[in-house]
Amino acid sequence: MTVHASSPHAASNDHVPPSMLDACVAGGEFLTFALSEEEYGVDILKVQEIRGYDAVTRLPDAPAHIKGVINLRGTIVPVVDMRVKFRLERADYGPTTVMIVLNVGGRVVGMVVDSVSDVIRLSDAQVRPVPDVGCPIERRFLTGIGTLDDRMLILLDIERLMASTEMGLVMEEAA
Amino acid sequence: MDIRQFHAAFFEESREGLAAMESGLLAMESAQDDAETIHVVFRAAHSIKGGAATFGFTAITDLTHLLETLLDEARNGRRQLRDCTQGNAIGALLDAVDVLRGLIGAAEHGTPIDATALGRARAALDALLANTSAAAAATLGTVATQTAGGRWQIGFHPAPSLFRSGNDPLRILRELASHGELGVTCLDERLPPFAQCDPYEAYLAWDLSLPGDVPRAAIDEAFAWVEDECELRIEAVEPDAPQAIEPAPDAGADAETPAAKPLRMRASDHDNSIRVSVHKVDALIDLVGELVITQAMLQQRSSSLDPSANAALLAGLEQLSRNTRDLQEAVMGVRMLPVEFAFSRLPRMVRDLAARLGKQVRLTTQGETTELDKAMIEKIIDPLVHLVRNSIDHGLEMPNERRAAGKDDTGTLTLTAAHQGGHIVIELHDDGRGLDRARILRKAAERGLPIADNASDGQVWDLIFQPGFSTAEQVTDLSGRGVGMDVVRKNIAALGGHVELRSRAGAGTTVSIRLPLTLAILDGMSVAVGGEVFILPLTAVVESLQPLAQNVRTIAGEARMLRVRDDYLPLLDLAAFYSLPQATRRAAPGANAAMVVIVEADGQRLALEVDELLGQQQVVVKNLETNYRRVPGVSGATILGDGRVALIVDPNGVAQAQLLSAAA
Repeated sequence: MTVHASSPHAASNDHVPPSMLDACVAGGEFLTFALSEEEYGVDILKVQEIRGYDAVTRLPDAPAHIKGVINLRGTIVPVVDMRVKFRLERADYGPTTVMIVLNVGGRVVGMVVDSVSDVIRLSDAQVRPVPDVGCPIERRFLTGIGTLDDRMLILLDIERLMASTEMGLVMEEAA
Repeated sequence: MDIRQFHAAFFEESREGLAAMESGLLAMESAQDDAETIHVVFRAAHSIKGGAATFGFTAITDLTHLLETLLDEARNGRRQLRDCTQGNAIGALLDAVDVLRGLIGAAEHGTPIDATALGRARAALDALLANTSAAAAATLGTVATQTAGGRWQIGFHPAPSLFRSGNDPLRILRELASHGELGVTCLDERLPPFAQCDPYEAYLAWDLSLPGDVPRAAIDEAFAWVEDECELRIEAVEPDAPQAIEPAPDAGADAETPAAKPLRMRASDHDNSIRVSVHKVDALIDLVGELVITQAMLQQRSSSLDPSANAALLAGLEQLSRNTRDLQEAVMGVRMLPVEFAFSRLPRMVRDLAARLGKQVRLTTQGETTELDKAMIEKIIDPLVHLVRNSIDHGLEMPNERRAAGKDDTGTLTLTAAHQGGHIVIELHDDGRGLDRARILRKAAERGLPIADNASDGQVWDLIFQPGFSTAEQVTDLSGRGVGMDVVRKNIAALGGHVELRSRAGAGTTVSIRLPLTLAILDGMSVAVGGEVFILPLTAVVESLQPLAQNVRTIAGEARMLRVRDDYLPLLDLAAFYSLPQATRRAAPGANAAMVVIVEADGQRLALEVDELLGQQQVVVKNLETNYRRVPGVSGATILGDGRVALIVDPNGVAQAQLLSAAA
């Protein structure tokens, strides 16, 4: 529970129900993926499928990290590029570029990453709190840092991240 | 078995029954009923009572029983519902229908029932019923005396399979007992020893007797559901003395003929329809949409094949294409309902409103059978209710004013629905005073709305759709607060339709609503814009043309306009509007390689610049907001033959956004 204490979201004024705060702390199974040189992890239960990157249809009036929409077996699914969102240097599309299709909060979203690594299980003890460093990802979207041998995994609260207004996937709520 | 799983069906059926009762009663009140009307009303009450009894909703059963008794008297000619000397029977019945609706809602949501309303309704019905005996004695004709004193002998021998069809003989007996003193003899010869008893089989039979004044139709009705599953013998037994000149069975047979026929008709109606949840239908429509897309993809791929080497394959694909289209039409048809579902809400409202305002109003409807998508019907009800309310409140005059103007005291509202080339047009016409041009202009001036002095009538009537606009001299609780016409227009625009007003002073006003038949499929024109494909709704497209450089003009060097014949239309580059990279055509100024599509949106015409016209096709509309958010100027998305997503342009949204950016 140290993660809670060190992250500022108790004070932050967002609309995520409190029940979700507990859902994404501590250990569990994570799908790990690479963005540039960094390794990230998301709750495996939020992942619907993994597929290659398709040509997208661009959307008007969308921020740069929203690449557009694709047809996923008849459903229109928006695609975000996490490399653009996290302001990483390279964001090119090659044969290994993959898309993780997430099912978060009743919505289906595609997330472009450089590559998908594996699924790992982390115990509570292996999840360490995020230290106070300035980074482009807001602290409330990080649940902790997973340690596995010499690998360091940045664990994302993907549900909250995708539901946040700054991702631009949902309508800004009227103030 | 949990009986509660059938509650939802009961509530829904009961509501339909109440709607049928209401419309029947209103028809009777306005003397537009026929011989069948009273039977329809009676049957509706009867099946609600039966259902409520089965599920143990006693409050509903009791009230419906009173209703039914009254209706039964009317049905047998012992009571004239329209006859004012016997009290305002129809008014009381309508009130009872309202109370019933409340009771059903209470039963459905488990909320407490409105005891005062229930008590009032019961008292009214009781008073009417008490009135009968005296009146009935006078009006009772020879029919009753013929059978008076006689008895019905009923032999009821259920088939062993009776329980399997969900029938309960006890319920039938109870129902018969409600008509009069029931004599019951149970015949248990067929009952096997207990150890061999199969609980699923019906072994018992009954000999029943009822007083002769119970109508034959009521007895038939009680057995309507088990007719095919029992041996039924109904005989009239005369009293000892042959007091009737005409034999009683004849009277029974006479009563049977008209009543029994509709009964059978209804039974077959039931057999031919099933109740399916909308979700299932929508899932089916989605699947067919997928099939259409796949079929289009195959079609596209096959176009590159050598026709002679692949003749059989191509013929098969052609066949597939036809079948897919037929299937799609058939599935879409499942969602279509007659517009009557929307219209049937109105007569009651008109009646109550007219009574409250002291006006006389006659509502006539035409084309109720015109079919429209269920989703559209639900969304059109509110605007219609609003328009009808407006017409009665503002449009129609008081009887004395009407007389002074040489019109019939009773104002007429006409509601029509008709198909017009892929659209449905719903028109509401009143023969009231019409719109007052001068007053609207005065109001517009007060509110500072811009309007030319020489504006056409159409432009003036359009002002009514402005937010907050009302010409009512005084605000009533009905209308006049100026909330309304703009909402009506917005709601209808959201359905892809539009509203128009036509009016002549002294002769009345017509509101015309034009709607697409369905929301799920759209006829579109596909255009290439900035490397993407967009779909323009064909209903909005007026024409497309290749603009000449000298026809493109600017105002203040920025706002671009296109001269089309003698009109100047705002010219909008769709690629720039959607912030897409522009094609090279801008590189060479004056070289207008682009095409222009002129669309009608939000009451004005707009010229949209596109790169290329690709073709026309039917597209299945997909919601973009399921997984994303609303995008200004985009109404949805669709999937093209090659599996790619194309956005559907919302011309109204584009027009509004364009105005906003111009104002900024």
